[in-house]
Amino acid sequence: MTGDLPPIAGFRAGANRAFAMALRHIYILRSSWPRVFELIYWPMMQMILWGFISKFMATNSSWVAQAAGVLIAAVLLWDVMFRGQLGFSVSFLEEMWSRNLPNLFVAPLRPHEFIAALVLISLVRTLIGVLPAAGLAIVFYHYSIFDLGLPLVAFFFNLMMLGWSVGLILTALILRNGLGAESLAWMAMFVLAPLSGVFYPVETLPGWLQVVSLALPSSYVFEGMRAVLFHGVVRIDYLLAALGLNLLYLGAGAAYFLHTFRVARRTGLLMRLGE
Amino acid sequence: MQIPHPRPADLPPETGESRPAVIEVDGLYKRYGAIVAVDGASFAVRRGETAALLGANGAGKTTTIAMLLGLLLPDAGSIRILGIDMLADRYRALPRMNFSSPYVDLPRRLTVAQNLEIFARLYGVRDVSGRVREIAGELEMTRLLDRPAGQLSAGQRSRVALAKALINRPEVLLLDEPTASLDPDTADRMRGYLMSFQQSRGMTILLASHNMSEVERMCSSVFIMRDGHIHDRGTPDELISRYGRRNLEEVFLHIVRDTAAQ
Repeated sequence: MTGDLPPIAGFRAGANRAFAMALRHIYILRSSWPRVFELIYWPMMQMILWGFISKFMATNSSWVAQAAGVLIAAVLLWDVMFRGQLGFSVSFLEEMWSRNLPNLFVAPLRPHEFIAALVLISLVRTLIGVLPAAGLAIVFYHYSIFDLGLPLVAFFFNLMMLGWSVGLILTALILRNGLGAESLAWMAMFVLAPLSGVFYPVETLPGWLQVVSLALPSSYVFEGMRAVLFHGVVRIDYLLAALGLNLLYLGAGAAYFLHTFRVARRTGLLMRLGE
Repeated sequence: MQIPHPRPADLPPETGESRPAVIEVDGLYKRYGAIVAVDGASFAVRRGETAALLGANGAGKTTTIAMLLGLLLPDAGSIRILGIDMLADRYRALPRMNFSSPYVDLPRRLTVAQNLEIFARLYGVRDVSGRVREIAGELEMTRLLDRPAGQLSAGQRSRVALAKALINRPEVLLLDEPTASLDPDTADRMRGYLMSFQQSRGMTILLASHNMSEVERMCSSVFIMRDGHIHDRGTPDELISRYGRRNLEEVFLHIVRDTAAQ
């Protein structure tokens, strides 16, 4: 009898099993556009971001030396924006990972209360992540981002607001597409990094990209940061532009989330938990 | 804790018809694309009653429960729970209801006490820590309170899920397959707890189940779903007698296979 069974030992049998496992992941990739998109996304983003940094540094290498800590400040503020969004999206994902969403939405928890909770926890997560890094910059590089003074508070909250707006849209996309869209939570913010002029002035970008950049609140924050560091000037106009755009995007993000929540109640997505 | 296990027939006679209906479903309809999941289901469950939705897989039980909870919007029909229109004003009813399903979990890294505390707060329970200790005592799980939910056995997790479902002392409890995947001993304990709470609190329970003996033992009213609508209804004894069978399982098989034959 055993002679009729396929061999379980040997190279060919092992290769078949390895192929079967690889096939399992290929099927997943084939059925999930966000997963394929992620594969293409990271190398492309790295190339774009570092391409612009290299281009800027090639002709302005003395620029960084003009203001101590401009890159450190940029990194820390960039992380505020990234952590703000990630804290929002991951807190939502935690509920999906633990299959807890139906429990929450059969409780008297209204969607806007749920959003408020995600905003609050993203603030906590961001402070936990960024404050030690800011302390480390003081110890290692003798640079304190707190020297930016009061404008730092305005920069911080403007970047957090953008993080929440993006977080709302991503959370809605994850609710709509399931956990297959989870990777969007990790990668979406990086598309804004080259466009926001985090490490270089917006004017480094090609003209058509500068137009896109001006629609981002983060661009005004980073330009404002450089105005404080290089010229000691607080650009209120930049801060107001960032605030205005943030209020617009926050409203749009909340509206999209609430719309998706209604769609989810119509289509049964709140009960869906898997891939 | 001594757990009573009376059959509904053993309970003192009740003037059931005079009790108000606390779950009223009328003409409920839901379709997903070309598939009609619930097709004009109408039924009512009276205060203090334990009722069951029975039906084969895909008959529309879980969809119906999801609509009662507001997780899913019906395409047509009305739902009133505790006299409140669930489609217009469900947040007034939700604090007085609760739900449990083996297919919905609690955060596993949180301890049992932390999980219960969160849900007690979500439901606006007064004296949160007192209520957590009380429900843990009633369900004989005080020693589990400090353990992460992810480290519990399936039976222990079911008890914690039940504790979550009872944390707000609900007047209406909706259960989706409350004893699915539990061993007979654990399932029997769960049924005991539920019946004990139902009797002591006058809670109204609607459960979806595939376990016919469980339904016979626990429920005073049964709604059999077929193709998305209520095919038949009655007490377990009435249904058994109506179809000339020995038990509810035979009634169920008759109805399901009758469908298949048609």
